[in-house]
Amino acid sequence: MERIPILKMGKFLLVTIQVDLYDRLALTLEEDLIQMVHKTGARGVLIDISALSIVDSFMGKIIGNIAAMSSILDAETVVVGMQPAVAITLIELGLPLSGVHTALNVERGMALLAARMPDETDDIDVDDNDEY
Amino acid sequence: MTIAIVESLRTKQDQILDNWVNQRELADDFQGNFNSSDDLKAQSSELLDVLLKAITAENITDIYSVDLEPLFDFISGLTLSRAKQGFSPRETATYIFSLKDALFKALAEIVGDNPRELYDVTLELSKFIDNIGIISFETFIKGREEVILSQADEMAELSTPVIKVWDGIIAMPIIGTLDSARTQVVMENLLQGIVENESSIAILDISGVPAVDSLVAQHLIKTVNAIRLLGADCIISGIRPEIAQTVVHLGIDLSKMVTKATLAGALKFAFGTLQLEVKRMQKEKLNP
Repeated sequence: MERIPILKMGKFLLVTIQVDLYDRLALTLEEDLIQMVHKTGARGVLIDISALSIVDSFMGKIIGNIAAMSSILDAETVVVGMQPAVAITLIELGLPLSGVHTALNVERGMALLAARMPDETDDIDVDDNDEY
Repeated sequence: MTIAIVESLRTKQDQILDNWVNQRELADDFQGNFNSSDDLKAQSSELLDVLLKAITAENITDIYSVDLEPLFDFISGLTLSRAKQGFSPRETATYIFSLKDALFKALAEIVGDNPRELYDVTLELSKFIDNIGIISFETFIKGREEVILSQADEMAELSTPVIKVWDGIIAMPIIGTLDSARTQVVMENLLQGIVENESSIAILDISGVPAVDSLVAQHLIKTVNAIRLLGADCIISGIRPEIAQTVVHLGIDLSKMVTKATLAGALKFAFGTLQLEVKRMQKEKLNP
């Protein structure tokens, strides 16, 4: 069965959605992703949707779900690369994705996540925070 | 009108045309028209030809009849071409109505010995020609409306320019009322501008918006949310005191948005967000 790859980049997970998300694929992604967050102890999830030109309300809900679930596991979600038409559609559908951070592209999304991390790690002296 | 009369009119076509053209050339308003007598004759001949071919004993009282369509198409074309040449709608209509004189003259020759019939036929034909005149007017107005519509579209497009004010900062000044259709254009252009310029901040300046009601505020909130989805921030600037007053009186909550009184204020805030600093340079002394 088709699966969307989830890449681990340091403390973060990167998901690049390159195919049209049909409902079942989205549900699988949600499940895989949350398992992966748990397994790797990731602190951030980056979802790149720059290749998506169509988004329906179900897709919007899945993204919201992923953000909510990740936040329970103490990981922040950033959605990057949304196309203007997709943004307009989501707003018209009444889905402003309020729990989700957004960035223009993967680079900025990474920077955003990295910028949010030190605040928490500075206070506690953790060994492996050198790379950030 | 009987079939015989229509037939008689057709046989008298040349005579009617001569009468009509001569009368047009003598008319006061002909001097103002800048097509030559030859042009006038050619055009009139064609119109009369189409008219007499299309008209029958039945459809003269039924203006919606299908077989009159070639005539109406011709009239529309004639009106449009005359409008392009600079004729006023009055001149075109007068030209069409002047056909009556020539037609009535021919009718008088055909049924002159029966005043009752002449009266009926004249009335019918008069109404018919009136309708043609009205169609000419309608075509003219339709043409004008098309021009106005396309201009309105252009204005909507032109009045929402995306301006790059700094690296990573774009601005869009809005002038005029924000209605649903316009908000759509504003939103699309602004979001496209953000993606194209890789801007992280968009400033929406509403100094040129005369009034903000709850609908406009709702549109603004939508736009701000859509911008946030792209991963950029939106600042609304140019809020005049009256607008601040109405917004609060209407109970609209704009507290979740960044709002500034002036474009300068918004720019300053944007610089702060991007950690940019603007400062006055010490002028180098030219003559030490």
